[in-house]
Amino acid sequence: MKQQRPDLQTICEWVQPKTRILDLGCGDGTLLAMLKKERNVNGYGLEIEVSKIVKCIQAGVNAIHADLNAGLSDFDDRTFDYVVMTQALQAVDRPDRLLNDMLRVGNEGIVTFPNFGHWRSRLQLFFGGHMPVTRTLPSKWFNTQNIHLCTLQDFEQLCIDNKINILQRTVVDRAHKSSFLMKLFPNLLGEIAIYRIQNKT
Amino acid sequence: MPDTIPENSVGLVSAKTMHFDVPLALACGRTLDTYDLVYETYGELNADKSNAILICHALSSDHHAAGYNSMEDRKPGWWETCIGPGKVIDTNHFFVVCPNNLGGCKGSTGPTSINPESGKPYGPDFPIVTVKDWVESQARFADKLNIDSWLAVIGGSLGGMQVLQWNIDFPDRIKHAAVIAAAPKLTAQNIGFNEVARQAIMHDPDFYEGRYHDHDTVPRRGLMLARMLGHITYLSDDAMREKFGRELRQGKISYGFDVEFQVESYLRYQGESFVDRFDANTYLLMTKALDYFDPAGDYDDNLSTAMSFAKANFLVISFSSDWRFAPERSREIVKALQDNDHDVSYAEIEVPHGHDAFLIPIKEYLAVFGAWMSHLVNEVSA
Repeated sequence: MKQQRPDLQTICEWVQPKTRILDLGCGDGTLLAMLKKERNVNGYGLEIEVSKIVKCIQAGVNAIHADLNAGLSDFDDRTFDYVVMTQALQAVDRPDRLLNDMLRVGNEGIVTFPNFGHWRSRLQLFFGGHMPVTRTLPSKWFNTQNIHLCTLQDFEQLCIDNKINILQRTVVDRAHKSSFLMKLFPNLLGEIAIYRIQNKT
Repeated sequence: MPDTIPENSVGLVSAKTMHFDVPLALACGRTLDTYDLVYETYGELNADKSNAILICHALSSDHHAAGYNSMEDRKPGWWETCIGPGKVIDTNHFFVVCPNNLGGCKGSTGPTSINPESGKPYGPDFPIVTVKDWVESQARFADKLNIDSWLAVIGGSLGGMQVLQWNIDFPDRIKHAAVIAAAPKLTAQNIGFNEVARQAIMHDPDFYEGRYHDHDTVPRRGLMLARMLGHITYLSDDAMREKFGRELRQGKISYGFDVEFQVESYLRYQGESFVDRFDANTYLLMTKALDYFDPAGDYDDNLSTAMSFAKANFLVISFSSDWRFAPERSREIVKALQDNDHDVSYAEIEVPHGHDAFLIPIKEYLAVFGAWMSHLVNEVSA
């Protein structure tokens, strides 16, 4: 069986049953299919690649062709319980604007991204003197889609600046393990960060 | 002419006619007391009648959607790309039905049919029909076929508009809906093109206010111009550049007004061949049906309210270079469906072919459409 992406199981645990979900950059629809099955949610995935939309349709997931960089103007305020974006924040033109748009459309947002503050990245940059290439960030600096990488600290500062409440945070490694030490030093030991967020007020 | 019929074609088919004698009240206020609908079917209706698919046709097409009417046919039906054994709309699994719309000129009652009151062709006296009228007539057609509920209603362009109307008027009789290269209403620019086409026809000296049959003539020049204009708008700038460029037929400019550029030759050919197969009054009617279509109009111009009645599972497809029924229009449909939490998937296919792309075998288009249709196969076989 294909190994589950480590962040998806956590999201599944966080999402309330029978809610309405918008999944930004839904890929082949794995998360939505999982949420539909385990949490009885309904919703839509936004995806830019037609080949992945085909996979979503095959999986019985509603997929809408859309470019996240164009924003979420087709969606009205507060029309979803959750707007989820897994591993795409670092690849969009303006993560800050998209985050605000997510929290306009959704009551809550759930975001996952690779933590650039993980010790492997730090070691490679510090001792190797080159841009890190890791398990979670396998591309080279010139061909990576990840144009806006950040650390947990960076993300949390952005939340403060944009008046975003962090409701829940967890970090996991690729095996979906979250150890005691990881909880103690998330920005150093967490490979993937998962946040549940909401607008203040 | 096909030497042999391809294996993935429905093969030789012939049209059938269904007669209706219960008066049909039309949106325009007039009534058709009796009328015929001509149609073709492909595949077999299963025992519980759960595999029937209705195909709604576009402006200038008809009930001949797939296969060949004779071995002399130069070309197969207009949607041979999608309908046939093993194709996206797989006739091994589905019973596919395509009627010619009322007001048409291919056998269903329309301006060329005999008006029982006068004993002469209706001509301009045929009432203007709307998309809603068509859907009502198609519902009665379904009744006569004993089909309570369509597994799917599918259409491109004006056909897609009929699919939307089906979902508003008969949501309980449609399980799946595919709306391809369509729009929830025409834009002013689009209506403008239709008006130029109509003016071309009506200004032809042979038009005789629509009574050209009485004068043993047809407004050839006007209908040809209308078709030439339409054809330009169905293609894209890129598609025309690719197909014709500025290529000259004789290789040099002759400083005259005869056909010089290949594109001129192509358009004249398209226009002329259209005149031989289409009726001018029908063209006028069909463009009016397009212009009038605006289901949101009945609901405070709110398309989401109009689509709130729908129950079907939707597929919406648009084509990037289609400027007559642009992707933005399809996204309006998708938004209205999303607002109502309806199941919908949407893809915009990146192609240079313009509006006509929905008739062309494009890999990505057929992949999306096919993935969606495969669920219907499972439903039927389950």
